Amino acid sequence: MSSVRVLVGTRKGAFVLTSDGKRDKWDVSGPHFAGWEIYHAKGSPVDPNRIYASQFSGWHGQLIQRSNDGGKTWEPVDNKFVYDGVTGTHQWYDGTPHPWDFKRVWHLEPSLTDPDHVYAGVEDAALFQSRDGGASWAELPGLRTHSTGNRWTPGAGGMGLHTILLDQKNPGRIYIAISAAGAFRSDDAGQTWRPINKGLRSQYIPDPNAEVGHCVHHMAMHPSRPDVLFMQKHWDVMRTDDGGEQWKEVSGNLPTDFGFVIDVHAHEPETIYVAPIKSDLEHFPLDGQLRVYRSRTGGNDWEALTMGLPQSNCYVNILRDAMAVDTLDSCGVYFGTTGGQVYVSADGGDQWSAIVHDLPPVLSVEVQTLA
Amino acid sequence: MPGQVIRVELPGHLRALAGISGEVQVEVMGAVTQRSVIDVIEVRYPVLRGTIRDHVTKERRAFIRFFACQQDLSHEDLDAPLPVAVASGAEPYLVVGAIAGGVR
Repeated sequence: MSSVRVLVGTRKGAFVLTSDGKRDKWDVSGPHFAGWEIYHAKGSPVDPNRIYASQFSGWHGQLIQRSNDGGKTWEPVDNKFVYDGVTGTHQWYDGTPHPWDFKRVWHLEPSLTDPDHVYAGVEDAALFQSRDGGASWAELPGLRTHSTGNRWTPGAGGMGLHTILLDQKNPGRIYIAISAAGAFRSDDAGQTWRPINKGLRSQYIPDPNAEVGHCVHHMAMHPSRPDVLFMQKHWDVMRTDDGGEQWKEVSGNLPTDFGFVIDVHAHEPETIYVAPIKSDLEHFPLDGQLRVYRSRTGGNDWEALTMGLPQSNCYVNILRDAMAVDTLDSCGVYFGTTGGQVYVSADGGDQWSAIVHDLPPVLSVEVQTLA
Repeated sequence: MPGQVIRVELPGHLRALAGISGEVQVEVMGAVTQRSVIDVIEVRYPVLRGTIRDHVTKERRAFIRFFACQQDLSHEDLDAPLPVAVASGAEPYLVVGAIAGGVR
């Protein structure tokens, strides 16, 4: 019988939640790496026992952990992330030039074909990869050294590369997103890059339609349609149907189009999910009501999903990497909150329940669907 | 010729990472300095590379402090001799997480 394994990264460790396909009874393991921030943990799609985790502390910096047994045991691998060549400057919060400085790994994206190949999106924004299971890391410097790099600016959380999307139909194509630079695409496996931000409009930069400078919060793709991307921007929910050549807004009837997460149903490429947040000044749900919104039309027409979610006095946030879907026949949708709850819906969003209530603030949620 | 045995106390997170319980003793050949002690620690426990000082610059991480004999050595010359009491093993060399270094 199929089962699911949910990898939860929190401010104080990692947790592994497991259930059978019914997804109503859960075993909780953890905290792994207790006391450390786990920005992200994700399993290889070709070897689900291989999991990578980004472990960080303000005292001791970055570590990368690897599991070969589905998260039961872990081993630290290489943690040396050194930018390639001479680093220049990017734009600091106040508009002045500021040297590039590695801080942490925000996102780990295992390859679609090789469990030893994994990408790391880091702060200050750059893309690294390992081809030996994390034993060594090397930057793909074409991104950071793009001619627009000196105009990239940190978002409130830092200048992190937080989204890495791999195209299963075109192995050379990679999409990434940086807060606050925007979205970029490579068609040569990460050697060269170009901004794909046409159609984004951001009032918080001098030229709202600029080539770069947009605070993209997250992007999602259905693997069967890699040219169609969905984006939750600082404000605005966007989509592109041509690999990022042109974006259009699909916020439609959302009560607020600020938010962090966005994801796509496993079997319905036009069904997407967001978790609206009141505003950039008030990072909590509108009216204290925790509501996921679902569109079955790829945006514009949205419905509130509330069953099982708190509808009063709820002031948590859902961070950018904290939503995921499983691939069971009845698609499961998961998200974690800064209040330490991890919610699941085993029916595509109609009904929700909390798997756990009281974890540390949740930074990331990933799901593995196991045979 | 044997080196000098230095007692080192590491913060809890690093002890857990390195699989250490309690104080460790390391043998330092030649001059006993902060740099030579940390060099030996990193050789014996490679997992600690980058967690006490930067991989490349070898500078102390911002939220790490070095203490010994009731003195703060964090800003002393890394190549200066450590106090005799540390070099003789009478007192430990302390690697400490700064009180402000925790996360939210």
